[in-house]
Amino acid sequence: MTEHVEWSEPEAPASSAPAAVTPADAADAARLVAFGLQPKLQPARDQEYTELLRRYREDPAFARLADAVATGLGLVVLEVSPRAGMAVTAAEDSVFAVRMGDYARRTSADGGDRFLHGLAHLAVATLAFPRPEDLADDGYIGRVTVNGVDAFVRQACRRLEDRAEQQGENTDPATDAPGLEAAWRIWARRSATGATKDARRLAGSTTGIVGKAVAFLTDSGFLHRTGDDNGGTYRTTSRYQLQVRDMAGGAAMAELLELGVVPVTDGTAGLVPAEDTEDLDLVADAALPFHS
Amino acid sequence: MTSPASTDSVPPQLSAGPRPAPGPAADEGLARRLRALACTAPLHDLDARKANLAGEYSVYGMAEVALAAIDLVTLNMDFDTGADHDQIVARLIPRIAAQAPRRPVAEHERVARWVLENLINVGSVDRGFRAVYGTFAPDGTYVRRDYDFKLIEEVPGPGGTVYLRTTDEAVNVLVGALDTDVTSAQIAAEVKLEVLINRGRLADAQLAAEQARYRTVQYSETLRRALEATRRNVRAVDWLNTVPDMIAEALDHVADRYRHENAILTNIRRARDESEDPEHKRRAAELVDIVKDCIRRHTQLQSRLLEAGPLFRAEQDRQAFATPLATSGIDLYGHLLAPVLPLPLERAVRVTDSFFARGTGLRTPVSVRVGDLVDILLTPPMEREHLGAEMPEPDLIATPDDSRFSDEQLAAATELFDLPADAPRRLSGLLAEARRRDPDLPYLVALLAVHAASPPVGTAYRQGEQKLLFAVDDGTELDDPEFGGADLVVGTALLDAVGMAADRTEAA
Repeated sequence: MTEHVEWSEPEAPASSAPAAVTPADAADAARLVAFGLQPKLQPARDQEYTELLRRYREDPAFARLADAVATGLGLVVLEVSPRAGMAVTAAEDSVFAVRMGDYARRTSADGGDRFLHGLAHLAVATLAFPRPEDLADDGYIGRVTVNGVDAFVRQACRRLEDRAEQQGENTDPATDAPGLEAAWRIWARRSATGATKDARRLAGSTTGIVGKAVAFLTDSGFLHRTGDDNGGTYRTTSRYQLQVRDMAGGAAMAELLELGVVPVTDGTAGLVPAEDTEDLDLVADAALPFHS
Repeated sequence: MTSPASTDSVPPQLSAGPRPAPGPAADEGLARRLRALACTAPLHDLDARKANLAGEYSVYGMAEVALAAIDLVTLNMDFDTGADHDQIVARLIPRIAAQAPRRPVAEHERVARWVLENLINVGSVDRGFRAVYGTFAPDGTYVRRDYDFKLIEEVPGPGGTVYLRTTDEAVNVLVGALDTDVTSAQIAAEVKLEVLINRGRLADAQLAAEQARYRTVQYSETLRRALEATRRNVRAVDWLNTVPDMIAEALDHVADRYRHENAILTNIRRARDESEDPEHKRRAAELVDIVKDCIRRHTQLQSRLLEAGPLFRAEQDRQAFATPLATSGIDLYGHLLAPVLPLPLERAVRVTDSFFARGTGLRTPVSVRVGDLVDILLTPPMEREHLGAEMPEPDLIATPDDSRFSDEQLAAATELFDLPADAPRRLSGLLAEARRRDPDLPYLVALLAVHAASPPVGTAYRQGEQKLLFAVDDGTELDDPEFGGADLVVGTALLDAVGMAADRTEAA
């Protein structure tokens, strides 16, 4: 707090002539980034954090300095605001990045498990922000439940299964080419839950995988646990919205386009089903479901 | 696991040679039958593998137990949840016990659990089965395919519990040839049932009634799924025509079946009451239970159907009348999830990996200084001081023992009342016997007998007691020097603990 008083003094000269960056400025900027590295910390709960955020917004030189510190550490600044705080996330290959191998064992050996864990994260985000509006609206708070996410993915899988059946396709994969199995089948054939000796969730079941994802996201400061119903209920934080909107969604889209898959929806209203894209009409409100 | 088909090398298909496959259509039929055949394999497998169990288990017919288990799970599947694991085990035990009556109950239970776990296939990560079969691709090449299926699956219930449901595959294995229109099949079964009852052929009638019940369960399962989809997503479903039509159809179906089954019920009741043959009577009574169960399921289905409309309107309000926002950006479902699911695994995993890498946030790496590590390792464990201040020793005053009867007397009285279920006794006899043991004991015996005149049925039901003491007044006067009143008949009633447990779960 004293630092703030001390360092607000040179602000006046800074606006007239570019003041030299002092080590103390750098320390403050790094301090702000350090706050940003504690995603569960609420800016409103810490006065020093609040002050540094204010300074970031009011002092462009300080803002540039903080951005530079973040970039140097291998971080991407998503937003700096009183509600989200210093929202930073790991750049690719940064030491802060989460690696699938650390996240869950088995995933390196088994492509199916790797996919299930990734899909669980995508499905949680989809249910949390079911419509494009929800993802765009800063004030929106999404709610998800563990069983809800599983049921929702299974529903989508079932539609694909029905469609394949109507078209008379044989979706059973060739024995020697597991990589060619349709992705939805991996989820559909994994059991939803299972009894265990110690009454905990079966880790390999789909609800176990979704449960792991939401627990991890909670640790990342992206979700808040609000109850135990339906396998655990959670609500989203603004950081999660930023992360999905600005980072994850775009990156996954780019990857999909690279695979040559161009999803057809008209940008404004996913609500109106397109004529011939039968499964896309599920789109926007696919998630709306969980009332209870 | 089911064993794969023989692994003989497949002769290469020469494109110039004659087509070995009779055509895709016939081949598809063959594939369907191969899959149906595969569904029975886990049952045969049980009998083949029982020899590997530690102990002598060849006396048990495992396939029979497995089919009974699938039967039980199917019949106990409720609309919302499934069947309870322990309850299924408890209901399986009588059949297993009948197969080997001299073996201990613990072994019967072990067999029941073994069969059930194998039907779930607990050992595999998917908790399912895989069979391999071959088909000819359109270009004449021979492809081996994996067929994954489950017989009994575990589903999450309320409060984190796990329930069992039978899959469609299992129902098909069980009843067979269900690949027909559910409604018409049900009508056919019921017509058959009525005819059979009218002709008095109750044995056949019971079979038909059970089939009708399987179809009822399957019908509500189909509807449950459709309604679940509706609940999840109002616009995914056509609420202008399809769903209202479906609901109307289902309501008609319920009304129709209800009328029908009530008629059948009246018929069977008459058959039950008029029949002289005790075997007929028993069968008719069982039929009454089955039909009652059908009616209960229909009522449940109907209440679900009635909820669908208000649910839709609430969602409609919430979604359609919200202020529209200027939207841009990503529609996670339409742009990502929906296109990813149909992709082959090796391609889909690239997209999910990318989402995972950017969507999980950051983790600050943990680094330990050697100095700290040494300190941490050498620090003795903390004394637990957070337990709070020491409690003062409570100053206890011994209360005088003023019980009217001693523990020994109670034990003696309980022993007197430990009557076999088929041999009730007169209170007078009990009093005389008590008097021989201890002059004070008759008072306790009389007291307990009077209590038994109004037995705590409700408590026994809730607590799942095995037996209950009761006393009945048949008008005989009690002739005793110390007591007056009625000479009660005191006996023990055996209670159906398993049945009560089932009732309780159903009522809950």
